[in-house]
Amino acid sequence: MRTQSATAPILEVQDLCVSFVQYTSGLRQRCLEVISSLSVSIYPGEILAVVGASGSGKSLLAHAVLGLLPGNAVTSGSIVFAGQKLTPKQQASLRGREIALIPQSVNYLDPLLRVGKQVRTAVNGGNAARIQREVFARYKLPPDTERLFPFQLSGGMARRVLVSTALVSGARLVIADEPTPGLDEAAIEETLGYFRELADEGRGVMLITHDIETALRVADRIAVFYAGTTVETALATDFTGEGEALRHPYTKALWRALPQNGFEPIPGSQPQSHALPAGCLFQPRCPVATPECASSRPEVRDVRGGTVRCIHAS
Amino acid sequence: MDVRGFGFFLLRKLLRMATLLIALSVLSFWLVSCSPLDPVQAYVGADMTRVSPEQREAIAEYWGLNQPPLMRFFHWGSAVLHGDLGTSMMFRRPVAEVIGERFLASLALMSAAWLFSGVLGFTLGVIAGMKHGTWADRFIKWYCFTLASTPAFWLGLLLLMVFAVWLGWFPVGLGVPAGKLAGEVTIANRIYHLILPALTLSILGVANVALHTRQKLVDVLASDYVLFARARGEAGLLLFWRHGLRNVALPAVTIQFASFGELVGGTVLAEQVFSYPGLGQAAVAAGLRGDVPLLLGIVLFTALFVFVGNLAADIIYRLVDPRMRKGETA
Repeated sequence: MRTQSATAPILEVQDLCVSFVQYTSGLRQRCLEVISSLSVSIYPGEILAVVGASGSGKSLLAHAVLGLLPGNAVTSGSIVFAGQKLTPKQQASLRGREIALIPQSVNYLDPLLRVGKQVRTAVNGGNAARIQREVFARYKLPPDTERLFPFQLSGGMARRVLVSTALVSGARLVIADEPTPGLDEAAIEETLGYFRELADEGRGVMLITHDIETALRVADRIAVFYAGTTVETALATDFTGEGEALRHPYTKALWRALPQNGFEPIPGSQPQSHALPAGCLFQPRCPVATPECASSRPEVRDVRGGTVRCIHAS
Repeated sequence: MDVRGFGFFLLRKLLRMATLLIALSVLSFWLVSCSPLDPVQAYVGADMTRVSPEQREAIAEYWGLNQPPLMRFFHWGSAVLHGDLGTSMMFRRPVAEVIGERFLASLALMSAAWLFSGVLGFTLGVIAGMKHGTWADRFIKWYCFTLASTPAFWLGLLLLMVFAVWLGWFPVGLGVPAGKLAGEVTIANRIYHLILPALTLSILGVANVALHTRQKLVDVLASDYVLFARARGEAGLLLFWRHGLRNVALPAVTIQFASFGELVGGTVLAEQVFSYPGLGQAAVAAGLRGDVPLLLGIVLFTALFVFVGNLAADIIYRLVDPRMRKGETA
């Protein structure tokens, strides 16, 4: 485990807002805020899981950090990497060098290029072929894997090839975007093991997932994502018992919705980014909401070693 | 590569080609027999008044025109199966010989147009795709849409007026200089006469491949694998070279091979406008003068030509694309 307090975060995202300009009908524009005042930080050696339902803007967070948002996106707020505030130009130079992405599926590999070659392009300095072979050997990929095309890989091989691209790059921050959907139990276990290794070797790992159980198995801290912002950052160890140690009503509800914890669903659904409620984003569904919750958006507060965005949390 | 699978593929294609040719000959023969043109009159031409009914009868007898159409079709069909396409009424030479000679002239024209339009179209498509949404993209798109809606003969006439009549840079027509003996015609003469018709066909052929390449490149650049390549730090020309070109070139080549049909169609019109003595011009003449054996021969031959183009496109895909080449198993 990390010694968080002693080191500085490798990545610190503060008040990140991402919105898209859309043309609705004719020339009428509307601005969709898909991520609003989001703050997370990741320390070297830890895995931070960003957990949220699909459509909550998790993947956009990854793209925003890498500077790969589409042209019609407008961002504000700050992204600080290793103490340095990132400009788009710096993001371009850090991509693939200091910050690596592990994508969801084999579809993220060029279908017409042999995988060995694609992994080698991720190498920064040194003998690319040798480094690629070493990493393939480490992940127990047969030597002839490098000659295969992406469609020839089995699911498990594809997963290891994708993780290889991050490992060969020597990046200090690894962002894994939904790396486990559709995998069986053993494959999930194996994949999570790779992330743990990456973190234990000193890298910061951001694990983006919709599956809180998967996240809890490997992450050190969990950032809970709701309607484009983080409502709570908690230690993985806070997820225990009835959820008494958790800070935000949404996190508690998520925890209690798990089959082994009572299987209680939360009524309602996550608001769409064009119809966000006034005040606290969770307030329309919140069991403990009071009239003041609807008046203004709660600020982030530090509560018991985590952060929370709720005026009632203590 | 899976040899057995490829064998089956070829067999299927050959079967399809055979049925295509049979259906096409039946259809063409039927259309020609419905034609109001009297082949004897078309053959004799303006001298018709001086031809007695007996002579008419003799000519019809000679060409076998007095037999019922079905009989004629079977006669013609069995001769074709034996490799004899018959004799052209216009040229009084074997159809195969006429087609061979005319096709060589057309081939020069078509291959020049094919290559030039392919290279130029691909380049324009790549530029438009890379500069997606900019003025360069809009200009190229506008240019292609304009061309796509331009008739070949009209463009041919336009080029003829500007470059041959007004500027006098190029000859007005024909495949070789008029009045020169066949032995004296040089390669340079032939190329000189080829330029305008080839240009007409190339300018028109550009639109198809350029628009396809543009769209394909836009899709590729928006794909997950390009996003991931960018996340790995690739950018600019390297990114295009590694992922763009590879994924865009194959469809472009395929489209270019599959466009043989349009190429042949365009050639018929361009040759007519430029009086270029190629296969297309022979086809028009054969149609107008009721030269049934030549017309049918040309129909079958061009069908075969277009089919071979499409087949080439299919085969190239199977040979080049690893997903087709290696099957779906790891």
